[in-house]
Amino acid sequence: MLTVKDLRVSVDEQPILNGLNLEVGEGEVHAIMGPNGSGKSSFAHVLAGREGYTVTGGEVRFDDQDLLDLSVEERARKGLFLALQYPVELPGVSNLVFLRESLNAIRAARGEPALDAATFMKVVRDKAGQVNMSPELLKRSVNAGFSGGEKKRNEILQLALLEPRLAILDETDSGLDIDALRVVADGVNVLRSPQRAFILVTHYQRLLDYVEPDYVHVLSGGRIVRSGDKSLALELERRGYGWIAGEAAA
Amino acid sequence: MSAEKQGVKELIRREYQQGFVTDIQTDTLPPGLDEGVVRAISAKKQEPDWMLDWRLAAFRHWSEQTEPEWASVHHAPIDYQSISYYAAPSARPGPASLDEVDPKLLETYAKLGIPLEEQKALAGVAVDAVFDSVSVATTFKKKLAEAGVIFCAISEAVREHPELVKQYLGSVVSYRDNFFASLNAAVFSDGTFVYVPKGVRCPMELSTYFRINSANTGQFERTLIIAEEGSHVSYLEGCTAPMRDENQLHAAVVELVALDDARIKYSTVQNWYPGDEQGRGGIYNFVTKRGDCRGARSHISWTQVETGSAITWKYPSCILRGDGAVGEFYSVAVTKGRQQADTGTKMIHIGRNTRSTIVSKGISAGHGSNAYRGLVRITPKAENARNHTQCDSLLIGDRSAAHTFPYIEVRNPSAKMEHEATTSKIGDDQLFYCRSRGLSEEDAVSMIVNGFCKEVFKELPMEFAAEAQKLLSVSLEGAVG
Ligand SMILES: Nc1ncnc2c1ncn2[C@@H]1O[C@H](COP(=O)(O)OP(=O)(O)OP(=O)(O)O)[C@@H](O)[C@H]1O
Ligand SMILES: [Mg+2]
Repeated sequence: MLTVKDLRVSVDEQPILNGLNLEVGEGEVHAIMGPNGSGKSSFAHVLAGREGYTVTGGEVRFDDQDLLDLSVEERARKGLFLALQYPVELPGVSNLVFLRESLNAIRAARGEPALDAATFMKVVRDKAGQVNMSPELLKRSVNAGFSGGEKKRNEILQLALLEPRLAILDETDSGLDIDALRVVADGVNVLRSPQRAFILVTHYQRLLDYVEPDYVHVLSGGRIVRSGDKSLALELERRGYGWIAGEAAA
Repeated sequence: MSAEKQGVKELIRREYQQGFVTDIQTDTLPPGLDEGVVRAISAKKQEPDWMLDWRLAAFRHWSEQTEPEWASVHHAPIDYQSISYYAAPSARPGPASLDEVDPKLLETYAKLGIPLEEQKALAGVAVDAVFDSVSVATTFKKKLAEAGVIFCAISEAVREHPELVKQYLGSVVSYRDNFFASLNAAVFSDGTFVYVPKGVRCPMELSTYFRINSANTGQFERTLIIAEEGSHVSYLEGCTAPMRDENQLHAAVVELVALDDARIKYSTVQNWYPGDEQGRGGIYNFVTKRGDCRGARSHISWTQVETGSAITWKYPSCILRGDGAVGEFYSVAVTKGRQQADTGTKMIHIGRNTRSTIVSKGISAGHGSNAYRGLVRITPKAENARNHTQCDSLLIGDRSAAHTFPYIEVRNPSAKMEHEATTSKIGDDQLFYCRSRGLSEEDAVSMIVNGFCKEVFKELPMEFAAEAQKLLSVSLEGAVG
């Protein structure tokens, strides 16, 4: 579904990704770990099409299309979703309006009709219930004044609503209490299906206790320096990243 | 990506959708302004002498004035002698019954989305259609007359209801008020007159649709609305003009009078031609609007959505004379391209326990410049006056500008004043966030802007709120990037 080949990216002439390779198949869950500043968020943003990153080499294919050729919204409409590490506030824009507009844009791209108001309300209430989000937050402005955990929950709500084919979660588990972590994990587990793939960027084994990944990768210095199964995450938890850096250098 | 940018450019080019010209015979006065022109306009309207005398006094006063320079707007000097002060579709002056209206005019208004045939009209809305210098049709007059409401062209009111016009015209905005008000008093050609008798709730929304069609003509309309004791009326005006390379002057005066317990809600959706991207052409919109809350507990509310005009200069104001009177001002002003707006309000508290609310939302995109200028004056006798002012600016892109000039004069210590102001910018991160959820950039901007304006939109009559939202989206298409 997603093939990343020798991806090289820089910001302001400064190389950030230096030959990243990754292959994600349908239904797979990949965890990406790695030290601060290693390029995880940059990678996620490049996949989503955020401006400001210059691709200097390599390619990314998503379902046999050149992903890098598509605009941000085209990628979203083709089923790519990025839950942000720092969700953005939209003062004045009601969360409900935002969710409805997004859902209808994605539905239109899939050739489905827009939902009428009543159906939409029902769907959104159901999903909000699933992620344990208080109805009050639906009426407020998007993320404005939301607590860190509430913002992350709102990202998971969008994920549940938009039903993407490839979801990238950038540290959605960071800064969450245990209950919220369960919500995120359950959100992923409920949506896990043979057609849908996930890339989970995380620093913590805890998330992976709930969501069992098929693969774990370590990103360091802008490249994937090691890949393994879930046991790699456990090893990282025990030993940190130093030994990999040492091996990679060797 | 480039295909999409192309799409955006297309949108910019076709964004002003009312820019067509109606090909119609007009009866036009040659350019220039002197006493003879004032007399000619008055004669065309078959006005009584008292009206002509008032115009002439205004003209003499205007001749001694110079244009104000304090507004935060810039334009080349206006040559008042190169403008024509009267243009009207030929045939007869004044509105006739609808069957007599030139089909070309009906077609023009239909194209603008304002069908004048009553059976096709928006339910519950009566329209006075002003084309260049004259009112060409007024709908639902009969139905309104049954309720005792007078809704007609002001030139007709001068002839048919002289006692009312004499009593109220110029009583809120005198012909000495300011340069443009003097000019308007001298040459005003038409506009709307509304009279709601005691205790009557006007059964329909009233509206005037102003259309400038002819080249080189100024439009100087005058609106007078009188709400007697305990009456209610809601009035809306809309405005458009063809796209032309020269600037055109629009200098209107609006006077509102609310007596005891009366309520006037005045809404404007202003979409005059704004000029092109380089700032060529467009309407100079210099307007004096003032409401006099003459009676106790009277209530005047101004709501405006200003998206058009090359330059907008207007400060719809309330004189809160009656005890317990309430004044409100809700404004959305959008400037993009090279548009400039200097707008705001004045709330003059004179009576006791008077209250005013000001909510101003300025949006600047492109090279647009947007200034809020507001005065809240609490006079010594205005015991327990209250004002709440909220003044928010939203910037789109890096080249737009917003300024606020709040003036506050408090001469009574019991006054309670609140003032809040914010400036924000639509950030790249916000646009990215919306787009990553499948929204186009245009839809994202429009959603954010509508969110920013919703406190004002909810004040518009329901029939027009959706219209205003759409107008705003169209007006901001291609504003980013
Ligand atoms: N827009 C930008 N401008 C300048 N530098 C940037 C920008 N985006 C990323 N970088 C730099 O690229 C490197 C990788 O940053 P990135 O945010 O991708 O790391 P990360 O792996 O997500 O880290 P963390 O675990 O702390 O979230 C950092 O050195 C960062 O400072
Ligand atoms: Mg990060």
